[in-house]
Amino acid sequence: MTERNNLLGLILLFVLVLTSLTLCNSNLAEAIQYKKTVFSNGLTLLHVERKSIPAVMVNILIEASPLQEPAEMAGLANLTAKTITDGTKTLTSKEINEIVDSMGTSLTTSVSYDYTTISLTTLKKNINRSLDILSKVLLDPSFDNSEIERKKQIIIGSLRQSHEEPSFLINKEFRSIIYGDFPYGRLIEGSSETISKIKREDIIKFYKTYYRPDKSIISVVGDITYDEAVQLIKKYLLSWSSESAPTDKTNKMGVSQINLKGFKIIDRDLTQANIIFGHLGIERQNEDFYAVSVLNYILGGGGFASRLMKTVRDDLGLTYGISSHFTTNKHKGLFSIEVQTKNESAGQVLREILKQIKDIQSNPVSDDELKDAKAFLVGSFPRRFETNRKIADFLPLIEFYRLGDDYIEKYEQYINSVTKEDIMRVAKKYLTQQDYTVVIAGKKELLKDVTPQQ
Amino acid sequence: MIKVSKNILILVSIVLLVFIYTYSFAETTEHFLKNTMKVLLIKDSQSPFASFQIWYKVGSKDEPVGKTGISHLLEHMMFKGTEKYGSKEFSNMIQRHGGTDNAFTTKDYTMYFQNISAKNLDIPINLESDRMTNLKLDEKEVISEREVVKEERRLRYEDDPQNKLYEDTIALSLMVSNYRNPIIGWMNDIASIQREDLYEHYKNYYSPENAFIIVAGDIDKDAILKRLDDTFGKIKKDANIKRIKTKEPEQNGERRIILKKEAELPYIFITYHAPNFPHKDSYALEVLSSILSSGKSSRLYKSLVYEKKVALNVFASYSGFYQNPFLFILGGTPNMSFSANDLEKAILDEIRQIKDTLVSENELEKAKNQIESSFILAQDSAHMKALYTGIFEILGDWRMKDRYLEGIRAVKIEDIRYVAKKYLDDDKKTVGILIPTKRDKGDRKE
Repeated sequence: MTERNNLLGLILLFVLVLTSLTLCNSNLAEAIQYKKTVFSNGLTLLHVERKSIPAVMVNILIEASPLQEPAEMAGLANLTAKTITDGTKTLTSKEINEIVDSMGTSLTTSVSYDYTTISLTTLKKNINRSLDILSKVLLDPSFDNSEIERKKQIIIGSLRQSHEEPSFLINKEFRSIIYGDFPYGRLIEGSSETISKIKREDIIKFYKTYYRPDKSIISVVGDITYDEAVQLIKKYLLSWSSESAPTDKTNKMGVSQINLKGFKIIDRDLTQANIIFGHLGIERQNEDFYAVSVLNYILGGGGFASRLMKTVRDDLGLTYGISSHFTTNKHKGLFSIEVQTKNESAGQVLREILKQIKDIQSNPVSDDELKDAKAFLVGSFPRRFETNRKIADFLPLIEFYRLGDDYIEKYEQYINSVTKEDIMRVAKKYLTQQDYTVVIAGKKELLKDVTPQQ
Repeated sequence: MIKVSKNILILVSIVLLVFIYTYSFAETTEHFLKNTMKVLLIKDSQSPFASFQIWYKVGSKDEPVGKTGISHLLEHMMFKGTEKYGSKEFSNMIQRHGGTDNAFTTKDYTMYFQNISAKNLDIPINLESDRMTNLKLDEKEVISEREVVKEERRLRYEDDPQNKLYEDTIALSLMVSNYRNPIIGWMNDIASIQREDLYEHYKNYYSPENAFIIVAGDIDKDAILKRLDDTFGKIKKDANIKRIKTKEPEQNGERRIILKKEAELPYIFITYHAPNFPHKDSYALEVLSSILSSGKSSRLYKSLVYEKKVALNVFASYSGFYQNPFLFILGGTPNMSFSANDLEKAILDEIRQIKDTLVSENELEKAKNQIESSFILAQDSAHMKALYTGIFEILGDWRMKDRYLEGIRAVKIEDIRYVAKKYLDDDKKTVGILIPTKRDKGDRKE
């Protein structure tokens, strides 16, 4: 089967490169010159040659996620990704592990709310054998029943263990309150109930429908030339095909599903209250993304430089860490502030959070704050390209979220054009002191003044 | 003015009027400032960021009874300002230039780093040389930061059943060694640390002769050295280093500890006493831990998770990268229909097999490849290259880094059985078990 696929690949070999362009980026021109190529089966390749270590990193992003799974089978995308490496038509799970480990290679899969990634890290000397395995796993998975059952058990067990972590508990509840039935509202892993229901046929169907080269992006980064990368893709991944366009069962977000307010205490025998505060945020393609980035840095994203850290940690000594986030997805993501403090201080911390939100909505940020935030966001941007792994992980996102081929070049400009007025405007538009959700895991009897004023 | 180092053969760089004698090894070079403070420079032209690191040879092993956690609290206080730079100004200045800074404390050392573009290295050099001698240690800031660290302890240990079990198991495994204490310190000790304690600790250990600097990245070595000489090179050596010498007595008979705490699933740790690097056995112990638990084809995963399904997860971990002997540690979570005792038996069965039967040539080769590969893959940034270099310097000599993989390569099949028999002795083990106590049953999902 595999040999036939390779043969097919050889026949098609010369017609394949539809587009090829070199993208030069003023700031990072030396470090990140990536080339983009679309192959005849629709697979997009992004390549960077970088010889910092004798290794190659590969990352395949596939548009398959909880967005495409039915609610009663929550966890299907995850289970598909987690069992795809558990055997092919010619190799058992054990054999795959043996081959991968013997090279010191790593081959992992993971699922986010918007996509699946398959990630390969290998020394350069093993690149051929590593891609051979990757190709078998991706193109010829057997989804053996006993492997599926085994994986289910491990996922269910690990999920249960995760319920020990206060941060996991509050995030799970927070999502579920805000998103309701929308896929972002459940765990990517699903629940023990829904996982148990998933059958082999469901996995095969999901795989056949959504693991498509024309919906996938592969990055190849490291000690490898562009020509080498293209030849390898041709050899190992060109026979990857998709029968027909999938019937689009992708969930769309309806506004009615979204809850504006919520409050919940999870009573646990903990010395700290673990608090999450927040509400719906923005999607990645929102035009205010960059203003929101600057806003978030100043409010609570900037570590020790942020207002929340300065007040709640440095001035009040109430926490080890407090931070705010805008997670941006294909659909609207979340705005959240997460903090841990001893149970008795929970109310005080919540009031401080509201005070800070009010402040940033009502008063312009200072010149210094704006300047520092921009300097950090622009100056630290190259850190996303610091290692081969980081580059390989980041490039497909530029493509997936359609940030533009000139994204790396333009980033500085996007950030530097943000004004104080923009920040106040987006603070008013995307933050609120009224319609928010709070979830606290802590010792209930010790929590004081935590119920929101209605 | 830089002191003569070792090798005169590679004496090439003569800059301005200053003679710099350099010992070169790979891309790393060793230098001494005029006050004899050691500097390691690593040229890495691929890296968009440079890393400035200062390593102080003080960690939790140097702490007196009743004041555990003082090294870590002092690390926090180092960000609270000097006369020249106010509290947090340090971090702000780094971030303003697109950099990041942080620090961490270990059993053996405390390391501060700034990752920033090479053209801005002057900033960390000025800031770090200033806070090496001019730390303010404001009374009010001490009180507030002590509370921050207590919150950190609640987060990482008090409310994390597995970490709490780890802490307890280590403290039982080591009865005398000063590695028995947690780096963050025991809660009451943290609370008792006063400004004067911190000041004394700072004065005793934060001095050029008890520290070294590593700078890695796309750097101009001569320019950097000159800047370092003008700053750190002028600092007086006035440390008052006290080393607490401890030696763990031999253990005769198993020790066992139970922790009852709110949790979902049981957990288990098993520890054995083990030597530290560069003891000749440390290489074989590292290969052994890889054979046992690196990757899904490793013995523990294959047998306990995949075949017997007695474990949800399982690991073996050994690192010799300590100044004193520490432990070989195994652990894991039993699968849902099994108990911690079942998992314990299964792990001990695997250990017995390693002692009874030689591992295969394949297994040995695979483990070596995995260690080699992760050693190389981890060093894909200026920061990580410098970090690995520093770890070996702490152990005695940074040059050992380049010989480390040779040592791994030299391990033989018989060595694995030898170290397993010698160290993984039933009478020298300590077992820690987490027994989950439950709240009310029934309302829980999953």
